[in-house]
Amino acid sequence: MRSLPVLAWQSAPYRRTWRLEVMSSFVQPMLYLLGLGIGVGALVDRNASATDALGGLGYAAFVAPGLVMTTAMSLASNDSMWPVMSGLQWGRGYHAIAATPLGSGEIVRAHLLWIWIRCGYSAAAVCAALACFSSTRSAGLPLMVPVAALVGSAFAMPIMAFSVTAKMDGSFAAIQRFVVIPLFLFGGAFYPLDTMPTAVQWVAMAAPLWHGVVLARSFASGGIDALPALGHVAYLLAFAAAGAMVAERRLRRRLYP
Amino acid sequence: MSGVLRIVPSGFAIRRAPRMIERHLVVYRRQWLILVSGFFEPLFYLLSMRAGLGELIGTVSVAGSEVPYDAFVAPALMASSAMNGAIYDSTGNVFHRLRFSRIYDAALATPMGPGDVAAGEIGFALLRGQLYAISFLVVMWAMGLASSWWVLMALPSCALIGFCFAAIGFVGTTFMRGWADMDVVTTLTMPLFLFSATFFPVSAYGSWGWLVHLSPLYHGVALVRASSTGTLTAASLGHAAVLLAVSLAALLVAARRVDRLLRR
Repeated sequence: MRSLPVLAWQSAPYRRTWRLEVMSSFVQPMLYLLGLGIGVGALVDRNASATDALGGLGYAAFVAPGLVMTTAMSLASNDSMWPVMSGLQWGRGYHAIAATPLGSGEIVRAHLLWIWIRCGYSAAAVCAALACFSSTRSAGLPLMVPVAALVGSAFAMPIMAFSVTAKMDGSFAAIQRFVVIPLFLFGGAFYPLDTMPTAVQWVAMAAPLWHGVVLARSFASGGIDALPALGHVAYLLAFAAAGAMVAERRLRRRLYP
Repeated sequence: MSGVLRIVPSGFAIRRAPRMIERHLVVYRRQWLILVSGFFEPLFYLLSMRAGLGELIGTVSVAGSEVPYDAFVAPALMASSAMNGAIYDSTGNVFHRLRFSRIYDAALATPMGPGDVAAGEIGFALLRGQLYAISFLVVMWAMGLASSWWVLMALPSCALIGFCFAAIGFVGTTFMRGWADMDVVTTLTMPLFLFSATFFPVSAYGSWGWLVHLSPLYHGVALVRASSTGTLTAASLGHAAVLLAVSLAALLVAARRVDRLLRR
């Protein structure tokens, strides 16, 4: 409860810009879906072997849950890099919070809540875009919203732990280049992992994105098995929890040296 | 100074643009790692195209012959990376310099004019773009996607694409109100990225193909693709002319906008 004032502080700038953001998180996946789902989909779906590789799904239906999850990933990781550094070094908002009875625990928990909210409303916008196409419309779409929030937090918390100790914002470009973009491309969102070399498959499966994509895809296509689904959720939660713990400890050390 | 320069309005006199480029080179000397790591991006993209989508799609028919999907998409990705690099450099980075670090105000306090600032920025964006284009070409060559020496023509083509979009981005930046507007930039470049015959041929649009020709990136993709397959024709000259015309028009608008913004 004490993290709510921090949440209000964190969300304040978005009160002016959220409309634009919801708009672009509706329009951008819509364009991706038109371009990839329908344009590239036409190229993919003419091969019967490709449809088998996608588990009998059309390419648009295959790629749609991936789009929701990659949106959450990039949003959450961007929000956990520069804004965190700003809180400690540029705007120094975290120091201001630490001068009140609130502290590192509240900051990390508020950030977590914020990521849930932000990924939630963006994923909802993406799902609205998906509902416009008959090939991607399904009853499982609303369930992707909490999965997107989970994936977001599984990226946000470890990255926050990294950003708290980062010295220069140049290292964020490295995170994007060597973590976010490779996962975007090789994380199983745009094509099945089977065609990848085994080592790449292992790395992709260790990252949170793949678990979210598989979970979302099973919701969208209606083929949910309870046990593996619980496993994916537990894995994502564990990632977020471990990241939050490290982030809090490091932040406490930075704020109260 | 010669009489010609006095007749031309002051905003268009470009004499000290290299000073602007020199300043950026000095700054980037400490961030060379970011530039070097840019080499990995084309590598990741091309690898994922080969092993992922390439496996699913197989071949695409271009101008009557069947081409493997990765060979089809590689030049298009090269052209898009030239566009994206130029756009983000001339929007995000320039916006920061215009509003936050206020380098341009400092530059205008010297004998430099707005024309120098605009030309210097675009010149630096071009230099950076060439660096990325060269690394893209090296990756393509290493993956066996560059078949003839004509592929080297992709470098000047990328310079033209970079010039065009740096100028367009610069105009856009002068209208930006805050960081939230970067979202608009992404939303505007994304359709260009997706629908410029990058991931699938124009024939997929049927009778709507003319719409694709409106995208400046389409002309860039056509140019780079023709270079990489060694099929440069008179039509390629036409594509280059379109890019050049758009760039010059955007450059004129950019110089006027900067003049108004900075001399207020």
